[in-house]
Amino acid sequence: MPKPLVKSGAVIDGYTIGECVHAGGMATLWTVTHPGIDVPLLMKIPRVSEGEDPAAIVSFEMEMMILPRLAGPHVPACFGTGDFAHQAYAVIERIPGITLYKRLPDLPLPYEEARLLVSKIAAALADLHRQNVIHHDIKPSSIMFRESGEAVLIDYGLSHHNHLPDLLQEEFRLPYGTAPYMAPERLLGVRDDPRSDLFSLGVLLYFFTTGERPFGEGETLRAMRRRLWRDPHPPRKLRADYPPWLQEVVLRCLEIDPAWRYPTASQLAFDLAYPDQIRLTTRSERLKRDPLSVAWRRRFNQGVMQPRARSDVAEQIASSPILAVALDTVEATPELNEALRVTTERILATLPSARLACVNVLKLNRIAIDKTLDEQGSNKHIDRLVALRHWATPLKLDESRLTAHVLEAVDPAAALLEFAEMNSVDHLIIGARQNSFRRTWLGSVSAKVAAEATCTVTVVRPPRMAAAKPGAGVVWG
Amino acid sequence: MLLAVFSDIHGNRQAFEACLKLARAKGAERFVLLGDFVGYGADPEWVVDTAMQLVAQGAVAVRGNHDEAVNSTTESMNNEAQIAIEWTRGRLDVAQRRFLAGLPMIVDEKERLYVHSEASQPARWHYVRATADAAKSLISTPAHVTFCGHIHRPALYSMSVTAKMTSFVPKTDVPVQLLRGRQWLAVLGSVGQPRDGDPSAAFVLFDTESCQITYCRVPYDIASAANKIRENGLPPWLADRLSQGR
Repeated sequence: MPKPLVKSGAVIDGYTIGECVHAGGMATLWTVTHPGIDVPLLMKIPRVSEGEDPAAIVSFEMEMMILPRLAGPHVPACFGTGDFAHQAYAVIERIPGITLYKRLPDLPLPYEEARLLVSKIAAALADLHRQNVIHHDIKPSSIMFRESGEAVLIDYGLSHHNHLPDLLQEEFRLPYGTAPYMAPERLLGVRDDPRSDLFSLGVLLYFFTTGERPFGEGETLRAMRRRLWRDPHPPRKLRADYPPWLQEVVLRCLEIDPAWRYPTASQLAFDLAYPDQIRLTTRSERLKRDPLSVAWRRRFNQGVMQPRARSDVAEQIASSPILAVALDTVEATPELNEALRVTTERILATLPSARLACVNVLKLNRIAIDKTLDEQGSNKHIDRLVALRHWATPLKLDESRLTAHVLEAVDPAAALLEFAEMNSVDHLIIGARQNSFRRTWLGSVSAKVAAEATCTVTVVRPPRMAAAKPGAGVVWG
Repeated sequence: MLLAVFSDIHGNRQAFEACLKLARAKGAERFVLLGDFVGYGADPEWVVDTAMQLVAQGAVAVRGNHDEAVNSTTESMNNEAQIAIEWTRGRLDVAQRRFLAGLPMIVDEKERLYVHSEASQPARWHYVRATADAAKSLISTPAHVTFCGHIHRPALYSMSVTAKMTSFVPKTDVPVQLLRGRQWLAVLGSVGQPRDGDPSAAFVLFDTESCQITYCRVPYDIASAANKIRENGLPPWLADRLSQGR
């Protein structure tokens, strides 16, 4: 392996080296400049000399394969990589600011601040998982925030890309990563389940809201393996005022079996966006850990666990979409609402992990200030929520998979489009415009939504009635 | 330079034509043929003639076990393969048979090694079924990338400087950079008789500058290829399996 050529003032492949801003165990970070690039840049250089951890090389190789393929606001942009044959490096965008690690002295954070913080990280994870990448090292020092607010996930040295060879698969006999945040299945060698990142994010949320790590700081394999059977103390035991909805979210993320966690990061972000709609289970009330008898049963029944079929990241995410159905509970005909229900039912039937948001738009008057109470004095908003839930009852959906939303807007199409965008809706189901009278004042909401949405849109019509033909009904003698 | 690599064509004209067409459309500048030009399929003459032309234009070609069986009776094969080889033998002329007999077992271009089965004992025709087989092949050569076929199922193995192995089933059309720090074994799917459950013809593109490998699949006229096998009285399973990809 050639000696590193890196020092201040040196030029590598057109990049002029500035100062060393970080020297970590696996790599050093340098500021660099390049004549053609305006953004502030960092060059990451792995430690490869003799006596260094061989893991540094493998994780850097993994990072060199993954970084150039990532896109979007939640990852650092990658400008170039250099080969081990000459000088290994990766040039990435320098994100201004600090990592979440610097917030550790402020813990525990107020619940509302933690909710907003973690929902941003969940959105970033959802975007990463959509790019077929599992991060595998979600912890405060891997997370930064852009000035525009988006979370940025950095450090891909332990990541898994579902479309690339996993160089770490056989590299280490022991699972490699940050012990307090590592998901239990990682200890069994599973590297292709995106829900491992949701577990780590659950650890972070627990830590940031209680000030304590749910599984301590133990680095030994024995200490780590405890999480395969021992559940953490419920946060309410540590903080009496802990909101039940927050405990529900945290403990769901920290479920030992990935199947019991949120199926996708988008669904977690959705719950964090609507805490008042989170279905509370016994998780939310728990004040104690599972009784020892339960924990011991888990401990000694480990071998009984069925070996899991290899999962495909994209397939898993696609099987757990967020569906939204736009309903007009006031003007639409019963036939149309029934047709919408039949279509929704068919889509849900194939997707047992999907969740459904029923959305209604309360159209506001453009000029006059709208009164919340109608002529009869009842609350329109609540009436509509009741109607939405009533519409959904025959679907027999588990409460945790169903939410109802009334949006108040002047422009219903714009409101639906914004809802779909904000909540990462994957599939929007909407009724077609019905007759010429409504068309004139609705301006066809469905046409605008179908044309402008960034997700799949299904436009539903009631079953076709036999058309009245001219002369029909006339009996010729 | 963009290489197009083909393996296990097995006398399937329709599949080979479709692969060549796509490879040329993608800008392939040089062709590599990893052997088993004949056997199973009903167009051995066309396939061998095409291979001869490509080699005359600078393509690399190595010998497969079916190519060897055309000129010798010592290679042991299963019954259907044996019937197909005997049929093939009667179809090829002297020049075609001489071309197959003259093919090298292995072509070593320092950075890249081409072989039909695997590099450690190419004349033994061992299959690369698992990581341990891949390790044996990789240890036997200093080449950065070894290309082989023979098993008719695409796979990509790597070995790190500390001899740690990785295995991977490549995704179609997703380029993978074969990093310089380790050695790679690219096992190709088959052009003319895929056996990985996907009936479309398989080949590989490799960019020698960026070291990116892309596993490609091409749909082709399976019905015509299968009909010709049946019309020539070859074992019907050889026709049926094409549409099943196994």
